[in-house]
Amino acid sequence: MKALLLRDLRLALRSGGGFGLGLAFFFLLSVLVPLGVGPEGGMLGRIAPGILWVGALLACLLSLDRIFALDQEDGSLDLLATAPIPLEAVVAVKACAHWLVTGLPLTLIAPGLGVLLNLPPGGYGWLVLSLFLGTPALSVIGAFGAAVTVGLRRGGLLLSLLVLPLYVPTLIFGAEVVRRGTGGMALATPLALLAAISLGAAALLPFAAASAIRVNLR
Amino acid sequence: MSIWEYANPKKFMALSAGALPWTVGLTVLLLATGLVWGFFFTPDDYRQGSTVKIIYLHVPAAMMAINAWIMMLVTSLIWIIRRHHVSALAAKAAAPVGLTFTLVALVTGALWGQPMWGTWWAWDPRLTSFLILTLFYLGYIALWAAIEDPDTAADLTSILCLVGSVFALLSRYAVNFWNQGLHQGASLSLDKQENVADVFWLPLVVSIAGFILLFFTMVLLRTRTEIRSRRLKALLARERVA
Repeated sequence: MKALLLRDLRLALRSGGGFGLGLAFFFLLSVLVPLGVGPEGGMLGRIAPGILWVGALLACLLSLDRIFALDQEDGSLDLLATAPIPLEAVVAVKACAHWLVTGLPLTLIAPGLGVLLNLPPGGYGWLVLSLFLGTPALSVIGAFGAAVTVGLRRGGLLLSLLVLPLYVPTLIFGAEVVRRGTGGMALATPLALLAAISLGAAALLPFAAASAIRVNLR
Repeated sequence: MSIWEYANPKKFMALSAGALPWTVGLTVLLLATGLVWGFFFTPDDYRQGSTVKIIYLHVPAAMMAINAWIMMLVTSLIWIIRRHHVSALAAKAAAPVGLTFTLVALVTGALWGQPMWGTWWAWDPRLTSFLILTLFYLGYIALWAAIEDPDTAADLTSILCLVGSVFALLSRYAVNFWNQGLHQGASLSLDKQENVADVFWLPLVVSIAGFILLFFTMVLLRTRTEIRSRRLKALLARERVA
């Protein structure tokens, strides 16, 4: 499992792995939104939590189809399916690797982009915490979507269509945490629900994803 | 004699062929009664005027939009557990019908909302959950359409339907949490106090019964079509081999 994790990380980090793509997209979005909606600070601060969460979500979406598609193309997915570790664990490890190269860096650069978007000072801690708790759910749900569409040649659009509605609860609770955090309101409920979605998805979706892969490899 | 015998396509075809004329007739009768009664023989609401009459399309369509998904969930489960092809095909047949009901509910709601709320669209929890439901339907239908092998498609869409149901439910509560509603409460409920007034209630129940039968009829028809196209494909394949 460790070998698989390291292999996935190495593949993602080397050139052509698409590691920088999500980050660059996130950065561009945060630069373009103020240019588009105008520089007025109060409004930017109000929409910043939502924009940052939507940006992180879309940046995550960009690299989803790489989770399984590349392995399927060169045949290593068949090897992984016959490997001694269960396919569920393979899915979990690959989702984890995806999170380490997208979700985690996104979480780390988010405060810097919050400055660009004039996020109020009270929000930074909550932004990092909510992304830290929420992005794993994005990766796991994305891995499920990638597993369902792995057999299709041009599954990219379909993958987005399948995954977007699944992302809704995570997005709502995640952005709500930051919004409440900037307003100084009580945020224990959305925070707990966000963590619950991540934990629940990480616990259950690998099984669904693994069964989808088995169907696709049949 | 058990219900599973009807999972046999031949038996299903025979039974549904016998049942269809009846369900079609009943659907037409109930829908005509409910809608005509509702549109022309009920009084105007004292605040909403005649716009209230859209309830006879809106409420049944919205109910069936959700129930169609639940039916797809049940048939998907049956496919996963017992692998009856009729079940998978019924789920496939129900999806576009459910999508249509969802769109009908959204459009009639917008038409009613424009004069009443002064807006076609509001990010109200119910409206938002219906928009999300539309996305779920679209994804489900697109997945069916994208995969060539019918068994693979049935398996994958069933898995998607199971996972989607959980997330659809989650989204429902998430949007409730996220925004306060503009939409009124339920028009029908087991609690008599919450119901609409009796003059509106009776034709509404009739149209709901009509919509349920309409859904049933459409699913039967579409399932029959799916079974026939499956048979046709099998025949063509056999011919090519011969």
